[in-house]
Amino acid sequence: MAKIIGGLTTSHIPAIGNAIATNKQDDPYWKSFFEGYPPVQEWLNRHKPDVAVVIYNDHGLNFFLDKMPTFAIGAAHEYHNADEGWGLPTLAPYQGDAPLSWHIIEQMVNDEFDITSCQEILVDHGFTVPMQLFWPDRGGDMPRVIPVSANTVQHPIPTIKRCLDFGKSLGRAIRSWPEDVKVVVLGTGGLSHQLDGKRAGHINKEFDLMCMEKIVTDPEELTRISRHELIRQAGSQGSEFIMWMMMRGALSEKVRKIHQNYSIPISNTGAGTMILENLD
Amino acid sequence: MEDSKDRMDHHADIEGTTIFDGKMAMKGYALNKMCFSFNDAAAREEYRADPEAYFDKFNLNEEQKEACRKKNVLDMIAAGGNVYYLAKFAGIYGLNMQDIGAQQTGMSLEEFREKLKKAGE
Repeated sequence: MAKIIGGLTTSHIPAIGNAIATNKQDDPYWKSFFEGYPPVQEWLNRHKPDVAVVIYNDHGLNFFLDKMPTFAIGAAHEYHNADEGWGLPTLAPYQGDAPLSWHIIEQMVNDEFDITSCQEILVDHGFTVPMQLFWPDRGGDMPRVIPVSANTVQHPIPTIKRCLDFGKSLGRAIRSWPEDVKVVVLGTGGLSHQLDGKRAGHINKEFDLMCMEKIVTDPEELTRISRHELIRQAGSQGSEFIMWMMMRGALSEKVRKIHQNYSIPISNTGAGTMILENLD
Repeated sequence: MEDSKDRMDHHADIEGTTIFDGKMAMKGYALNKMCFSFNDAAAREEYRADPEAYFDKFNLNEEQKEACRKKNVLDMIAAGGNVYYLAKFAGIYGLNMQDIGAQQTGMSLEEFREKLKKAGE
């Protein structure tokens, strides 16, 4: 049977992709951020997951406001990156796992989550930056991927509780797959940041650190945060924390925190990285 | 359950923040659609060659056109722009998120970066 080995979190801001493209990892500005990643790479190298479920939000590469799915799951053999308009180099395609994607979709819809299935979906920096950070050399150990996209672009976005419940259903679906594959779940985006409006540049370190603590010990407690409160505390784009909650739901009730890094500011963002290992 | 304050609309009283809800998504549809087109390099070229014709191609209203002409991000947001799509417009002019942040807060780039740095202390 499939086994979920754990969850990883990371910020996915495009400036990181740019720093990678221009080899700025050792610059003073970037050093403390990139230092958070070798422990994750070593952990991945030790466990060698076969599949990565990558939970992210599209930022206007694949989805437009004409059709905006609240939750979408990739069901393709391959996923392509493309030009987002501002000069990040286009990356090579990522190999999918369509049979497992369709199994997840079948199970989750049966579990009363209404999924948009995507046989073609372009993956933007929200997906590719975490892949670059976790598997920098794209070697033979790079897992097959299943992109899961949540709407954080247009309100109403899903509630934090719905996102945790989504993760729980996703976890059940993965664990019911009869093949012996090891799966890692990535919760990407966040933490606090606001790009738009007179409050642009809002970051909330205290709130970020509280979220990073509670997501380990008491994710249910975090479901009491309303969307309004999340945006007030974490900024307009701090809403991306919902993808961390989706990841957390897929893990066991109790998890072991193996590693944590928090860099602030990275571009306009409080950037958090974690390894949470499953205990069952 | 969430509290009753959780009804999100663009009037939500978070200072300096516009919630991009259905009302704003309808208001800004043409502007955002134009910006979405800039994923394509050929579209960016077409825009650069004749911005006014490109505004008309996407049926921008006068408020949206004027905000674009001035490259004023706060005005673009007021006209219904969503920051993820506006980022593609900004990219054409070589502006990144920190440039946009400085513009919206009325700071120099250096002041804006200092503000971000302070948040980490």
